[in-house]
Amino acid sequence: MIELKHVHKAFGSNKVLRGVNLTIESGTSMVVIGGSGTGKSICLKSILGLVSPDSGTITLDGKDVTNVRRSERDSFLARFGMLFQGGALFDSLPVWQNVAFRLLRGSLKRPKDEARTIAIEKLRRVGLKKEVADLFPAELSGGMQKRVGLARAIAAEPEIIFFDEPTTGLDPIMSGVINDLIREIVVEMGATAMTITHDMTSVRAIADNVAMLHDGVIQWTGPVAKMDESGDPYLEQFIHGSAEGPIESVR
Amino acid sequence: MSWFFAALAAIGRPVTRGLGTLGRLAIFGGEALSHMLRPPFYFKEILQSLLSVGYFSLPVVGMTAIFTGGALALQIYSGGARFNAEAVVPQIVAIGMVRELGPVLVGLMIAARVTSSIAAEIATMKVTEQIDALVTLSTHPMKYLTVPRVLAGLIMVPLLVGIGDIIGILGGYVVGTKSLGFNPAAYLQNTVNFIEARDVISSLIKGAAFGFIATLLGCYHGIHTGRGAQGVGRATKSAVESAAILILAANFLLTSILFSL
Repeated sequence: MIELKHVHKAFGSNKVLRGVNLTIESGTSMVVIGGSGTGKSICLKSILGLVSPDSGTITLDGKDVTNVRRSERDSFLARFGMLFQGGALFDSLPVWQNVAFRLLRGSLKRPKDEARTIAIEKLRRVGLKKEVADLFPAELSGGMQKRVGLARAIAAEPEIIFFDEPTTGLDPIMSGVINDLIREIVVEMGATAMTITHDMTSVRAIADNVAMLHDGVIQWTGPVAKMDESGDPYLEQFIHGSAEGPIESVR
Repeated sequence: MSWFFAALAAIGRPVTRGLGTLGRLAIFGGEALSHMLRPPFYFKEILQSLLSVGYFSLPVVGMTAIFTGGALALQIYSGGARFNAEAVVPQIVAIGMVRELGPVLVGLMIAARVTSSIAAEIATMKVTEQIDALVTLSTHPMKYLTVPRVLAGLIMVPLLVGIGDIIGILGGYVVGTKSLGFNPAAYLQNTVNFIEARDVISSLIKGAAFGFIATLLGCYHGIHTGRGAQGVGRATKSAVESAAILILAANFLLTSILFSL
């Protein structure tokens, strides 16, 4: 279980997170929605320790992980997989080495052949052929890069997977494919998932629970089935994408 | 009075900012050195950096050195003629190349070639979240990106400087013997007799220092880039500029230390 309590983070005078409280139960899929620039990514990055919060605590299975010691960082991060918004593939490495990155070095290191076999298997899992393994990321289309990113996120079979805007920049069909893949993988692996997105189709496809982040706090959280009758004006405006409502359309 | 304080602030702001950067750079350099001694070591990345910093810089270094050595010989010949000292060409070319021009020009060429490419590459990795991805994959960017490059700078640039020194002297030799009428054997004899071990050692020490500066600044500015394409452009520009200036400043400092001993 991941728990954020009163997490604050400011960059200069810009207060991005103003007391975020959020609980993600183990084995469930949480989707955090909210407009651009509301701090969704910062929220996610502060759990991973890529950004350190100014105050508040983040716990993982009851253990405080707000400031993980460097010596414990490797084993802490080994529990996570992450799909970055732009894929964030290493363009100096061929696809299979990207997917098997964690398996080629560090505490989870395997023999090269085994790592390659696992990489090809994970590529197959996300619907990519074996031939893709030896290409470089720059030779792939955006949708394929996302799939490779997804394969890399699940390569070491993490307990917790983060998805940062998994469908942004993809066409509706590819978005559907990625959404289905995420759902399947999360269910299949029994992983805890946290996704940030502003694509409502994604939300309905991926989420068990939904949280809406606005003005640096969680405005509403609950099961996805109750999202449509929440009665929360912020959430309703967001779901319907209307310009009228409590969320200013000019930000 | 307010204009007075505004003027003071306008001077003070860049000074404090500059000092701040220098301090951060010193910490960054210290961290890089300390990570160099602690595992894990990424040998494949180190080997790649050795090749790209060292081996692939050879053509640029060779070209720079040979033309500089040749021009130096011509200059000294015509300059020396004013006081009947044309004969000192071999000695001055040797001392000029080894003690000063070899290390400085190689350092500057490395700043142009290597610092720029390191800064642009790492900055692009940063803006495309590849650095964040490295961290989430339990890989320390300092160890994976900075250490191999800085290590390559420390090892390969002195070698390049040594090669540059030799090629520069060769440039002088070619011009001296082919167009200035020096006796080939006497030219080489004069060169060898005149150069001392300390000249060569100081040349290599300078090379190591410049290699460290060039690669470190590339990494530093890359990691601390601003956003987007503009950020990458600015990071690359700052990296090359500051590496060149620091190399020249370090050259002055090292020259005054090494030759006062």
